[in-house]
Amino acid sequence: MFEKIMVPVDLAHQEILDKALDVSGKLAKTYNAKVLYVGVTEATPTAVAHNPAEFQHKLEAFAAKQADLHGIETEARTFASHDPATDLNETLVEASVKLGADLIVISSHVPTFADRFWASHGGTVASRANISVMVIR
Amino acid sequence: MSEQPEELAIPEPEGAADIIDTEYEVGQDNITAQVGPLGLDVHNPVFLISGMTIATFVVITLTLRTSVEPLFNDLRTYLTSTFDWFFLSAANVFVILCFALVITPLGNVRIGGKEATPDYSYTGWFAMLFAAGMGIGLMFFGVSEPISHYASSIGGTVVEGDVRTDWAPLGAAVTNEEAIRLGMAATIFHWGLHPWAIYAIVALSLAIFSFNKGLPLTMRSIFYPLLGERVWGWPGHIIDILAVFATLFGLATSLGFGAEQANAGLEFLFGIPVTDTSKITLIVAITAVALISVLAGLDGGVKRLSEMNMLLAALLMFFVIFVGPTLVLATGFFKNLAAYIEYLPSLSNPFGREDDNFRQGWTAFYWAWWISWSPFVGMFIARVSRGRTVREFVVCVLLIPSTVCVLWMTAFGGTALSQILNDGYLAVKDAPLELKLFTMLAELPLVQITSFIGIVLVIVFFVTSSDSGSLVIDTITAGGKVNAPVSQRVFWCIFEGLVAITLLLGGGLGALQAMAVSTGFPFAILLLLACFALLKGLMNEPK
Repeated sequence: MFEKIMVPVDLAHQEILDKALDVSGKLAKTYNAKVLYVGVTEATPTAVAHNPAEFQHKLEAFAAKQADLHGIETEARTFASHDPATDLNETLVEASVKLGADLIVISSHVPTFADRFWASHGGTVASRANISVMVIR
Repeated sequence: MSEQPEELAIPEPEGAADIIDTEYEVGQDNITAQVGPLGLDVHNPVFLISGMTIATFVVITLTLRTSVEPLFNDLRTYLTSTFDWFFLSAANVFVILCFALVITPLGNVRIGGKEATPDYSYTGWFAMLFAAGMGIGLMFFGVSEPISHYASSIGGTVVEGDVRTDWAPLGAAVTNEEAIRLGMAATIFHWGLHPWAIYAIVALSLAIFSFNKGLPLTMRSIFYPLLGERVWGWPGHIIDILAVFATLFGLATSLGFGAEQANAGLEFLFGIPVTDTSKITLIVAITAVALISVLAGLDGGVKRLSEMNMLLAALLMFFVIFVGPTLVLATGFFKNLAAYIEYLPSLSNPFGREDDNFRQGWTAFYWAWWISWSPFVGMFIARVSRGRTVREFVVCVLLIPSTVCVLWMTAFGGTALSQILNDGYLAVKDAPLELKLFTMLAELPLVQITSFIGIVLVIVFFVTSSDSGSLVIDTITAGGKVNAPVSQRVFWCIFEGLVAITLLLGGGLGALQAMAVSTGFPFAILLLLACFALLKGLMNEPK
């Protein structure tokens, strides 16, 4: 049913990803799909990496670890954005198209009142992407 | 990986660069919190202290206006008249260093690592350079400054006692022809190589220390070679707080004055009365558009508006050139360029001059002003300049904008001078500063359309300053993080509008602008140190 499962990864906040990583790993195993871990970074230094190339190395290490953990095929893809604070959702949706993913598994928070005005990344990606999106809360 | 198209992943390795080995992690001193529905990720203590200092200064200015206004104004006058030699010398150092970077092998260093590719195309890049750098000033001073310098030059020197009381540059002028040349040269001097060299040095230092050395994108990072790890402590906090202070007050007071100027223009054109309500409406409207722009992001908002502005400005300039005295302007460009080059050594000479009023009141004031704007403009230019070589960067940030300034001043100032001298149209000379542009356009055809473009340009230039300023202040107060929650840049954008409205209603725009310009003095010292740090940093980079 699924061949390429895309999982957006925030390397600075890995602790909130556990559920999404677990679900995507199991789905990949079930459908014999590949998991694409997608990170969005900026050109300026961040807490995670000095530059996008270093970010890619860290994401690759992360993907390799997940591959061992779940016994699946994985891949790491970094996308650089000029202004990730505003362009993150758009970059993720574009990434899903460019990578040819057929499912996005994305971590999100339980909606609060504020989400009625300012939707979460998961919610926005789900409303914009043309493929299935599984929002994990 | 191989089955995917090449452009999908990180385009290319960044190549060799000299990463500085520091324990500091971007955002390590930040406080993250959830305030109601809004996320918060700010540097402790830069965010809090800058916010509080700004609020305190506003309150003090409003409550004790009569006593602080002369104090702030005197401080600025004291600095620009006592240390005029220092401002002039410092600006000369920046220009010389820029030229040195172009001709030495240091120019081969690439911002972002040896194999980095440019983030923006030339058009997008130039548009953003201009919009942030000096857009709005060109609108108001393009017509008025050449007239002022021409008038004071032809007025000759006036000596009372032992002191010259005239405002003429250098030794004034005897003939009309000479006065025009000196007037144009002095104007271009204030908008040409020197201001852009100031911006270039700040921007280049920030870009190198951030993109190549891996330090956070914030003012303090430049001083790492001098201060070492102490840069993450109080010395660094103070540098960043000063940058936020200068930027916010520079922007807010410009916005307040800009609203007054735009309102005067709207009254002249459409009969919209000059009232507090109109001005506040303008500030609210400008802030609202700036808000939409920051919410749309750097590419979706700031860049698009800047490109639109550059297109409109180019249209207006070429209209003036072709409809105005075309031949005078065509030859004028080269004459003015030649005059600028001829007078450059004497205008930039810091010592042994007698034109005190001009040197201190115009040149030193301008230098302090540009320097106080440099953290803002420099941060912004740095952020959009990754992938260029140092040589390409300096040529593009220094020479091209300077040439465009010569062209702009020739078109607007030259037309106005030609109207005064050849057509006897004195209205443009007598009009107040904010109406000079429109009075000049009124003598040309299609005045309704051109004036409308003029007022739109003025307003959009304010928007592009306000949105890029909010991004810069947010980045500094978030410890160099460019992906801090969007609500923070919204906060700074609104805060700036509120400060402008408060000062407009309560008085004190002038006082706080004087205060903002005064920060040019400590920054001039810092920038001289930055030159040393930059050279040191560049020498370690692979070329």
